[in-house]
Amino acid sequence: MKLEKILCACGSGLGSSFLVEMNVNKVLKKLGVEDIEVAHCAATDVYKGAADLFVCGKDMVDILSAYGPCIVLQNIISVPELEAKLSDYLKEQGVI
Amino acid sequence: MEQFLNFLQQILSTPSILVGLIALIGLVAQKKPIEVVIKGTIKTILGFIVIGAGANVLVGALNYFGNLFNFAFAVQGVVPNNEAIVSLALNTYAKDTAIIMALGMVANLLLARFSRMKYIFLTGHHTLYMAALIAVVLTVGGLESGSWQLYVGGSMLLGLTMVFFPAIAQKTMVKITGDDSIAFGHFGTLGYVFAAWIGSLVGKGSKSTEDIKFPKRLSFLRDTSVAISLTMFIFFVLVTFAAVIKPDFDATVLGGTHWFLFSIIQSLTFAAGVYVVLAGVRLVLAEIVPAFKGISEKIVPDAKPALDCPVVFPYAENAVLLGFLVSFAGGLVGLAILFALQGTLNPALILPGVIPHFFCGATSGVFGNATGGRRGAILGAFGHGLLITFLPAMLMPVMGSLGFANTTFSDADFTAVGILIGNIANFVKGTGLLAVCVGLFVLPIVYNVVAPKKAKS
Repeated sequence: MKLEKILCACGSGLGSSFLVEMNVNKVLKKLGVEDIEVAHCAATDVYKGAADLFVCGKDMVDILSAYGPCIVLQNIISVPELEAKLSDYLKEQGVI
Repeated sequence: MEQFLNFLQQILSTPSILVGLIALIGLVAQKKPIEVVIKGTIKTILGFIVIGAGANVLVGALNYFGNLFNFAFAVQGVVPNNEAIVSLALNTYAKDTAIIMALGMVANLLLARFSRMKYIFLTGHHTLYMAALIAVVLTVGGLESGSWQLYVGGSMLLGLTMVFFPAIAQKTMVKITGDDSIAFGHFGTLGYVFAAWIGSLVGKGSKSTEDIKFPKRLSFLRDTSVAISLTMFIFFVLVTFAAVIKPDFDATVLGGTHWFLFSIIQSLTFAAGVYVVLAGVRLVLAEIVPAFKGISEKIVPDAKPALDCPVVFPYAENAVLLGFLVSFAGGLVGLAILFALQGTLNPALILPGVIPHFFCGATSGVFGNATGGRRGAILGAFGHGLLITFLPAMLMPVMGSLGFANTTFSDADFTAVGILIGNIANFVKGTGLLAVCVGLFVLPIVYNVVAPKKAKS
């Protein structure tokens, strides 16, 4: 499956998920990955197939993990943690 | 020529276009490619129009609710909800809000650069809401809508709130996250600091909430639309029923619908309105926040980003749930107290809104837990629940015509800033009020220059 869209989610889809989205973009740029759409929304607006990969904080995993592969952040705004987990996932998927 | 000037003036006084322009300037300043500039500008304008559309949806339901409540109990009943009150405020103060928000971010940068409160407030929706609040209270205080005095005073005030509140939360933030690299930016801070203070008083020897096992099922209430629908449904059913059983009730108010069905439809209509407003806010912020973040990282690299409240949720998940439930209980007790004051002080009745009690209550639980374990989380969140019931009641009188709306600001800092500035405006109006805003803004900068620096350790 081709990785085309990453969706970041939090409680109301306003603040935290937006920051995570900016961080994901930052990490993707650093890794030299292009052509992946990144967006953010409320965790409960997520449906199966909404994206190929979800990113959320530890507190949202119960809601999100049902809808597809999910990167769970212990510290939701930590860029190093996101970078480590995201690049592992991308390697696994053969994207980088 | 005159026609052209007229056209320019129309552009600058159309709020949605104005916000679009702000986004456009931000995007061009970041040297984004042309297609990104076009996309971002259009989306921002679109977002502002969507907010207005959402306001139209929710205001209908809200008016029904207010009228029925008034008829049934002969008091004003208020559901505090930031999105609802902001969308109403934007009907009248959209241009003022947009300009105060844009200049307020500049004021934030200046304070982060030149004062000791080195924070960049990145919770964009709260910046927008605070800008709307400030536009309302300053206008009521005699700074005319559309005047430069309002823009200068308002943006300085907004910039100050954007560094002041993160600064007072930082001590507890260090305790929660274990380091000093991120700050807390959510305008419920007074409630959280209050909860942390209570926690430090009562919490001696109390164990952390994280040692308790909790059922996870209540987390479905984190779905904001479902939570708003459910609570509004309960409120609507109670209020409509109380109105219907009165002998002089005029059934045409319900448009021939059965009162129970009416309650279902109206509560869901309200939730739908909030949903639409949120979608609009998301669109408006999509370009403005990254631009602000990018610029701030260049100008004030040593500043700490102040972030939205769920940032602290993963550090104490049980405190999140506990804080919500206890804060909500505090809201119910607060409502009972407001009810008991009818006949003497006659405050508006503030119903416990599930969204503020969820997000702010949960956060106060985390803060209370950090300073005082379980006992701190419970009593701190309870105190917070009382606080966000009494503060909105005190805010209503200084909101001008919006004080008669059936909704108001919910989170502690909005209401506290509104009450403070609104009451100052009762004594000093117009230019005097502008002077107060400028004074408050300059104070921390002067302090930084004059006061002795702490020795670096």
